[in-house]
Amino acid sequence: MSEQDTGEVRNVEIKYFDGTARTAAITDREVPYPDGKLIVSRTDPQGIITHANQAFIDMSGYSEEELIGINHYILRHPDMPAIAFKGLWDTIDQGTKWNGYVKNLRKDGAYYWVKATVIPNIRNGKLVGYTSVRRKPSRSKIEESEALYKTLLAEE
Amino acid sequence: MTFNLTVSPDFAPDHISGWYFFNTWLQRQLETGIHLELYDSFEAQRNDIRADKFDLIYANPYDASMLVRELGFQAIARPASKSDETVIAVNAESGFQTVEDLKAGARIATTDDPDVHTMGMIMLESADLDKSNTEIKEHSSYIVVAKNLLNGGADAGFFLKEAYDEMSDLIRSKMRVLVSSQISVVHHSLLVGPRMAEYIPAIQQAMLTMQDNEKGKSVLESMDVSHWEPMDSEQTEFMIDLIDTLID
Repeated sequence: MSEQDTGEVRNVEIKYFDGTARTAAITDREVPYPDGKLIVSRTDPQGIITHANQAFIDMSGYSEEELIGINHYILRHPDMPAIAFKGLWDTIDQGTKWNGYVKNLRKDGAYYWVKATVIPNIRNGKLVGYTSVRRKPSRSKIEESEALYKTLLAEE
Repeated sequence: MTFNLTVSPDFAPDHISGWYFFNTWLQRQLETGIHLELYDSFEAQRNDIRADKFDLIYANPYDASMLVRELGFQAIARPASKSDETVIAVNAESGFQTVEDLKAGARIATTDDPDVHTMGMIMLESADLDKSNTEIKEHSSYIVVAKNLLNGGADAGFFLKEAYDEMSDLIRSKMRVLVSSQISVVHHSLLVGPRMAEYIPAIQQAMLTMQDNEKGKSVLESMDVSHWEPMDSEQTEFMIDLIDTLID
């Protein structure tokens, strides 16, 4: 758990790129990333989740039934600047691998940090979706990312 | 025509004879000649694979990627309930309790097993460790990695979990696991090359039912495999995509 966590709860409206929005109760509480695990998910080209492994289910707090069929942006934490995801989409749209540190929002409003890698799934030359694999980030990378995202968010 | 079979060098030494039994069994099922060639080194094996020497390969997930995407191989079966997991272990008497206790300059004992090394390095990332700030020494086997932990030659060692679990109680009692991966979807598989493609239905049919007869069952036992499960191309592609995300 981060030393800065206050446990405070706030209601925040999260706006998504497709024009939809939802209000979520955000709790300032970090859930530590489990050692040795990889969170794995796959989406279709539009970002709709088609596969979630057990670590994803456990860490996100959603059931498999809740995850399959919804957009991956359900995990977007309001502390993440939109520009970070623009970088992700610009990279994978070019067919290349993206790496980055992401603060994810759990169903219960708490958060967890990951080092994420996303790659396009190409079959017979055609894009059929994306695979995202998340692993445990170091504390120093989390701190660097927190500072960076705070600055970027302030500029939005 | 005689085909060629090889096996990823990371299988436990106790099961060498099992692969010879498997090869004899498979030749009888297919009524064709197959030569089995085993290697100690991943690199030497990979060079021969690239030289197009093999038609049938029991490959680790890392090599499966090259075989499918570059050499036109097809994964057809995987051993049931066997996934490739990595263990980072230390000397039982060391002060390291978590991965984050390892600091820059840590001495890492590893092997040339590509999956285990890759996963081991990934599990060090949470301690801000990578190849630039650790001393990595590659050894010829997991036993030598263990020896280096026991004699103080290394701070931490990478093991294939299966190999770690099969070490003697005495050696294991002198080591301690810092972290063990729990990925479950990365595993070895049997792949068939283009020259042998016409045999795929027969190989799959024979392998998926081998536990149903006495001869097949005893071959499986000698390989420490309960039975084989089929793999289709999408399962293979999924595993390869996953491996790709782990390689920088």
